[in-house]
Amino acid sequence: MKFGVVVFPGSNCDHDAFYAIGNVLQKPVEFIWHQSEDLANCDAVILPGGFSYGDYLRTGAIARFSPVMKSIEKFAKSGGMVLGICNGFQILCEAGLLPGAMMRNSGLRFICRHVHIRVEQTDTPFTNAAQKGQILKIPIAHSDGNYNCDETTLADLDKNRQVIFRYTTPDGSDDNAGNPNGAVHNIAGVCNRERNVAGLMPHPERAVELALGSADGLVIFRSMVEALVGAAKATA
Amino acid sequence: MATASTEIRVTPEITAEHGVTREEYARIQQILGRAPNITELGIFSVMWSEHCSYKSSKVHLKRLPTRGKLVVQGPGENAGVVDIGDGLVAAFKIESHNHPSYVEPFQGATTGVGGILRDIFTMGARPIAVLDSLRFGELTPSKYTSEADAAKNRRILDGVVRGVGSYGNCFGVPTVGGEVGFEPCYAQNPLVNALALGIAKKEEIFLAKAKGIGNPVIYVGAKTGRDGIHGASLLASAEFTEESKQKRPNVQVGDPFMEKLLLEACLEAMQTGAVVAIQDMGAAGLTCSTMEMASRGGTGIEIDLAKVPQRETGMTPYEIMLSESQERMLLVAEKGREHEVLAVFKKWGLDAVVVGRVTEGGIARINNNGRVAAEIPAHPLAEEGPVYHRPIAAPAPKMETEKDWFAFAPEGTNLTANFVKLLASPAIASKRWITEQYDTSVRTNTLAGPGASDAAVVRIKDPKTGAVKRALALSTDGNCRWCQLNPRMGAMHAVAEAARNVACSGARPIAATNCLNFGSPEKPEVMWQFSETIDGLAEACTVLGTPITGGNVSFYNETLGKSIYPTPVIGVLGILEDASRVLKIAFRNEGDVILLLDGAGPIDTATVGARYIVPSADTSRREFSSSEYAKTIAGIVAGEPPVIELTAEKRLQDCLVTLAAESAVQSAHDISDGGLAVTLAESCFASVVAGLQTGSFSLGASVQFDDLSPAESVLFNERGARAVVSASPSKLARVLEIARQYHVAARELGKVIREGSFRIQHKGRAVIDSPIETLRDAWANSLERTLTAK
Repeated sequence: MKFGVVVFPGSNCDHDAFYAIGNVLQKPVEFIWHQSEDLANCDAVILPGGFSYGDYLRTGAIARFSPVMKSIEKFAKSGGMVLGICNGFQILCEAGLLPGAMMRNSGLRFICRHVHIRVEQTDTPFTNAAQKGQILKIPIAHSDGNYNCDETTLADLDKNRQVIFRYTTPDGSDDNAGNPNGAVHNIAGVCNRERNVAGLMPHPERAVELALGSADGLVIFRSMVEALVGAAKATA
Repeated sequence: MATASTEIRVTPEITAEHGVTREEYARIQQILGRAPNITELGIFSVMWSEHCSYKSSKVHLKRLPTRGKLVVQGPGENAGVVDIGDGLVAAFKIESHNHPSYVEPFQGATTGVGGILRDIFTMGARPIAVLDSLRFGELTPSKYTSEADAAKNRRILDGVVRGVGSYGNCFGVPTVGGEVGFEPCYAQNPLVNALALGIAKKEEIFLAKAKGIGNPVIYVGAKTGRDGIHGASLLASAEFTEESKQKRPNVQVGDPFMEKLLLEACLEAMQTGAVVAIQDMGAAGLTCSTMEMASRGGTGIEIDLAKVPQRETGMTPYEIMLSESQERMLLVAEKGREHEVLAVFKKWGLDAVVVGRVTEGGIARINNNGRVAAEIPAHPLAEEGPVYHRPIAAPAPKMETEKDWFAFAPEGTNLTANFVKLLASPAIASKRWITEQYDTSVRTNTLAGPGASDAAVVRIKDPKTGAVKRALALSTDGNCRWCQLNPRMGAMHAVAEAARNVACSGARPIAATNCLNFGSPEKPEVMWQFSETIDGLAEACTVLGTPITGGNVSFYNETLGKSIYPTPVIGVLGILEDASRVLKIAFRNEGDVILLLDGAGPIDTATVGARYIVPSADTSRREFSSSEYAKTIAGIVAGEPPVIELTAEKRLQDCLVTLAAESAVQSAHDISDGGLAVTLAESCFASVVAGLQTGSFSLGASVQFDDLSPAESVLFNERGARAVVSASPSKLARVLEIARQYHVAARELGKVIREGSFRIQHKGRAVIDSPIETLRDAWANSLERTLTAK
């Protein structure tokens, strides 16, 4: 089992994702340079947060054209597990690997704080270790996390159960009140129809130890590990 | 192109426009042995500007303590460096970017952050935290501030906050703390002081000393443009006038993405072992970096401007040398290994060009297309600039009478309404609206972000293994009102408070950095304030064991002849031996005992721990008149700062560090702005903010005082050397024992309670009694309401 963390120029949560996998979960992990088309036999790829290529033009808009994305598209199409966090989510949307797009936060300001998200689906490799309805406390840190898509896509997302995380309040009672950025239907994270590619705006890699204020993000990485273990067993 | 034929002739008028005095001009002629050409005049004018040369402050700065057993590098390099154990060092420094932030708040603030970050990674250290100390004019109309000015102040704050956030957030460094203050004197001269902290291996620290004759000089990073020309000399070294807005082109423009690439590329290039020296191009750009590297290394330097990457055509040597385009570095590589360095920058997509070489003989020669554009002995230029012993004059003594001072309310007055007003005042109110615009958690080291602990606390991951053992704590402080009333005492309080905040997080204060913001040094009263401040800092830093390792001086903070309050901002760094023992301000459990620790309190071994009466807590009306309460409730700014006893501060801080190391207390929060009542309330509010409770209610407090002093004095005086801690009843005896050991008075005030109320009794009568939510709403939301009001 090996994780890969992609490094774009301007990625700044690459080290944090690397640390969460390598030091906290103690699983093999390596960096993948954006100009490389070789995914180094990684079994799961993480597109980390940051400001790839300065986020010039539009968040994630330039990164999607980098050489590594060609390989990631192939990897994803062949069933490989890809998780995009924050800027990584934006890149996956730009690349068309996930539906939807990001707009500026409704308050037009960068926001960094802990938010609460509800796990809506557990039959994905990113949430299989969580309980359905479980509420996770995870920080956000973004200017452009206002997820949006057209009505048809929204209907598809619902029909195919692709919304895997929704913002909510700590007790899960009021999703609208827990929404920090205006995202449609309080969507914090989605997966593709095949369920092997997912993105979310909150930063699970920043919530992996109680000393940092929460360890709730670990369940996402644990899910990925379990999915990989399961896949390895299935092919063994 | 633009060379000798079109060159501007140096006339007395041109010289004056460059801010070069007649005496300075004579000195230039003496150093050169001839008259300077326009490029040389430009170079001298920026190197000898107040901002770069410290010509007015140098003679005073010498009095600051700069040595200590943990100090690896004191003032004079890009940043101070201290030993933090296990082969690691911390590089940290604070710098101002005041003038640009008034002219262009967003860009001024971004480039302030960018500049200080470059100072840190130039040393080979990876930045892990930023703090910002900001001062603005009043946000709401008052007798000093019109509605239009208040609106303008709010716009400046908005631009600065967006600027600070945009740079740090994109660069990927958490902005974990700092403070924000408001006084009318900052309306036309806001202060933006940015502090950055970085970590490196001790043996991998880089210095800015050109070495090795023949070694190539390499320019890396952004291309040079016409932006920021004379930022240091004309903007930062002169006061504001009506025409200052025309100086907008003098403000630099920041690109945090470029800086992020530069950071990664520089650190990677340093790992090749082929880099000999490195210096960032900040104030005075290419001029300062070439001249200082050569001067420090005792060498000469020769560069060819035609090779400098330029983003505009037709730039003159003058413009190229004086440009303050951001995100640029100059480095010296080992001869024959330059390709290794160039390869790293190519990988990161950055310009890197050999523009010259280190030479023998100490002459800095600037060529342009085969012609010599400037030829100056580097050392005399950098080190033998003017030094001024400016006249000093104490202002006339204040003629205050009793009528000018705060009059305490009669005994038994209910103070709840005043307390709500105090909690809602911009100085005291939660700064969450500001700090949420900063990324506070990137790099996953933030153990205590804004407001969680008295200091910002970041853990140290081993650069190779990621293992965590220690943490670093940082706090910036400076009560400008006190500095105005008494600069020497105000400065001592600034050091004491910063160090106390660090100790309240459990960390031991080890070193300090200072940013000294003052008016015009040409005014004898301002120089008096400066000199007094230095003496205060020197005394406090010596007693508290925090040598000054660097910082900067910002003079000419005045507009239309009116100076700001003297504003020293002190950053104190502390080390926490066990990262898991961070102390935060939040109360933790119902039933915990609330204790007041007072380093200056009366020690009676027989009664320590018992409830006793402090002999008429000597908070006279005079002293109280300098408090936040007096200003907010009565509009009074008068009197003197509280008397400060540095040895008492030291005792208290040592005591707090031991309490934390033994995990003897549950929380710690110092007493400062707003006094004891505010401290208690904030510890209650934080019990929710810190997420300790699952619901949305916070813990409350019930405390009693029997002091003879008026209730307002007891609750709101701001004397130092005090902190409030909470302890579980089972640990109480041990806490009292530790306090006694350090000769710190420990006094039981009351208990943490579960029902959401906040009660303070004075001599048996409730003087504050309120649901905690009422208080919290005033404190938590008032700043946001003010700033988002249309």
